[in-house]
Amino acid sequence: MCGIVGYLNFRNGFAPSEDVMRAMLAAIRHRGPDQFGIYLDDFAALGNARLSIIDLDHGQQPMTTADRRYWIVYNGEIFNHRELREELESNGIIVQTQCDTEIFLKLFEKEGPQCLHRLNGQFAVAVWDAREKKLFLARDRLGIRPLYYSFYDNTFVFGSEIKAIASFPGLKLSWDAAALDQIFTGWSCLAPLSPFSEIKQLRPGSYAWLHENGIQEKVYWEPQFDIQDSEFKTDSETDLIEALHDLLLDSVQLRLQADVPVGAYLSGGLDSSLIASLVKENAKGRFDTFSIAFSDTNFDESEHQRRMASLLDTEHQVITVTHEEIRDIFPEVVWHCENPILRTAPAPMFLLSRLVNRSHYKVVLTGEGADEFFAGYDIFKEAKIRAFWAKEPESERRPKLLQRIYPDLQNLARLGPKYLANFFGHGLTDTAIDSYSHSIRWMNTRRAKRFFSRELSEAVEKRSADLASEAELPAAFKHWDILSKAQCLEISTFLSSYLLSSQGDRVGMGNSVEGRYPFLDYRVSEFCSKLPAKFRMRGLRDKYLLRKLGKEILPKDIWDRPKKPYRAPIHRSFFSSERETYVDHILSEGSLEKSGLFNPKAVSMLTGKIKRGLPVGEIDDMALTGLISTQLLHEQYVDGFTAPEPLGAKDDVLICDSRRKVSQN
Amino acid sequence: MSEMRQDIRNYIVENFLFGQDDLEDDTSFLDRGILDSTGVLYLVDHIELTYSIKVENDEMLPENLDTIKAICSYIERKQTTSAQSVKE
Repeated sequence: MCGIVGYLNFRNGFAPSEDVMRAMLAAIRHRGPDQFGIYLDDFAALGNARLSIIDLDHGQQPMTTADRRYWIVYNGEIFNHRELREELESNGIIVQTQCDTEIFLKLFEKEGPQCLHRLNGQFAVAVWDAREKKLFLARDRLGIRPLYYSFYDNTFVFGSEIKAIASFPGLKLSWDAAALDQIFTGWSCLAPLSPFSEIKQLRPGSYAWLHENGIQEKVYWEPQFDIQDSEFKTDSETDLIEALHDLLLDSVQLRLQADVPVGAYLSGGLDSSLIASLVKENAKGRFDTFSIAFSDTNFDESEHQRRMASLLDTEHQVITVTHEEIRDIFPEVVWHCENPILRTAPAPMFLLSRLVNRSHYKVVLTGEGADEFFAGYDIFKEAKIRAFWAKEPESERRPKLLQRIYPDLQNLARLGPKYLANFFGHGLTDTAIDSYSHSIRWMNTRRAKRFFSRELSEAVEKRSADLASEAELPAAFKHWDILSKAQCLEISTFLSSYLLSSQGDRVGMGNSVEGRYPFLDYRVSEFCSKLPAKFRMRGLRDKYLLRKLGKEILPKDIWDRPKKPYRAPIHRSFFSSERETYVDHILSEGSLEKSGLFNPKAVSMLTGKIKRGLPVGEIDDMALTGLISTQLLHEQYVDGFTAPEPLGAKDDVLICDSRRKVSQN
Repeated sequence: MSEMRQDIRNYIVENFLFGQDDLEDDTSFLDRGILDSTGVLYLVDHIELTYSIKVENDEMLPENLDTIKAICSYIERKQTTSAQSVKE
């Protein structure tokens, strides 16, 4: 895994400079501390920070074609690189290294952007066409790897992370009110927005050409459901299970390719247990699994994790996270996430990847993506129940089904049908609107906007983020059933923008650990896109087909367990100390007035309520995390950004200056 | 009554509106989206504790709990009934 940076200067912008590249690369050193590469010519500067995983001795970037026309910097993995190499070689194309970067470059040289359709991987890439003076940028289908850019002072700047772009000389960041509105509605902002006005991000599954006259973006892949394919046989459940098994096994095998050992995360649930079992079937030698345990028993799942680890006979390593650790690591986590976050869940994941790193692992497989594509989330059930109830809105019996999916909210049972009808009946019969499945969640989360300052409220007053319309959903979306729509909405508004970022790439790469996601193999998502809804969710039975596969491989208490969402404690973490901490400082009237984003009086009422030990609700917790993370980001990125120390003499840096010659220090 | 009204109002404004006090005695909490489902339960806890009454499950209705005015008259009704039952 790696990180990439660069900039282009077409007219009177910044001349390509080694010093600027050293500064930008230093900001993403954590993504690839092993080696750095810089390319410079009259128009372009490209940089790469490399974490060596495949072909450790070769594959240093930037890499170029024989005619030195194309120059590539690349962050990611192409898992089917062997198959593609054979194909290239059979076409008489010489591939010199074992590295997938070269595969991308040669394929791109041969086919142009069309090559993206043939890649099975997770990547963000930049290719500079030195002859035509244009830059190609692309992200993988689901946006596993990030890519940001900025137009600044006649210069186009790009990078894997915002902090690299913020390290560009003179570039200052300011908050984007529309992005904050989205974040305090659905937990994250959607590409092309970033939290900062000056910075945009490339959409997942798209590519862009950047040339003298501007940028042109094109989507090359979107999530699909409800696809009719006569080749895809669904009459035999046994055959479907077998097909799924073969597919997942192959997906896992492809992701085990590395010249370094590969571990796995175990959450204690079905998805990660399935992946770990498939790894075990294939792994030769030692196999390490890693888990998060909590000292707060309300959140702890370690019993199930241990059971699975002992069943698979893995070297199991656990980090037990306390309230204080979550609080203390949170500022560093926010620095890596670069986005306001409404949950503390990324913090333990950052501590987990630190454990992985200290155990000398660079790569882990995880279960992310199964809930999205195979239909595991409660919000999908909520949508189905609401749609069923909408057919008989007066029914008192139908809304009671909601109690089944929120067993943690047993108290809901105390509330009579009239209350249930009010809380979950909002917009009940509007089943055709795009946002139907997520409207209750977004309506609830929006309550956190009560803390916005008058200025911020006014800035977003004329809009109320409708993420469904802002997400640019696939054209066929309107024709899908309620479950498929709910899944697509979750994928388009949450998977890449929050889950794979703040609970994925950033908290892994922050400790130089690369996550790989067998369920996010595009062949798995395309399998699901052809799978009729009844195989994804039958009645209210989630992940129907995946559980059937689990039944063949895993013990009953794992495959049959109801899903337990991964969460971490919030108010008890931030207010676990009697003494003053950074939390008091960051939420003080002075700090709040300085950022101007939140209303100090409202914030002090919230913290007062928590400190007095009064009951704290879901929205309070979300708001609190949002307030703290946004205030931290304000200090870290907006008020005073301190760029990390640039790459120095001790770093292994290859410099290829086409205006001069190649040098290395 | 006015003391009770003030107390309920303060409770809602401080705990759910965080100081935003454009709340009338007959503003519907549901229509304004002031409380979520757990919020209602916290409100019930507050009422039970402060006014020494027991809110029965079948009394958890918007009619009793959805405005400041409704809550006050509900509490008063409960207190009268329990005072009567003590007398009896």
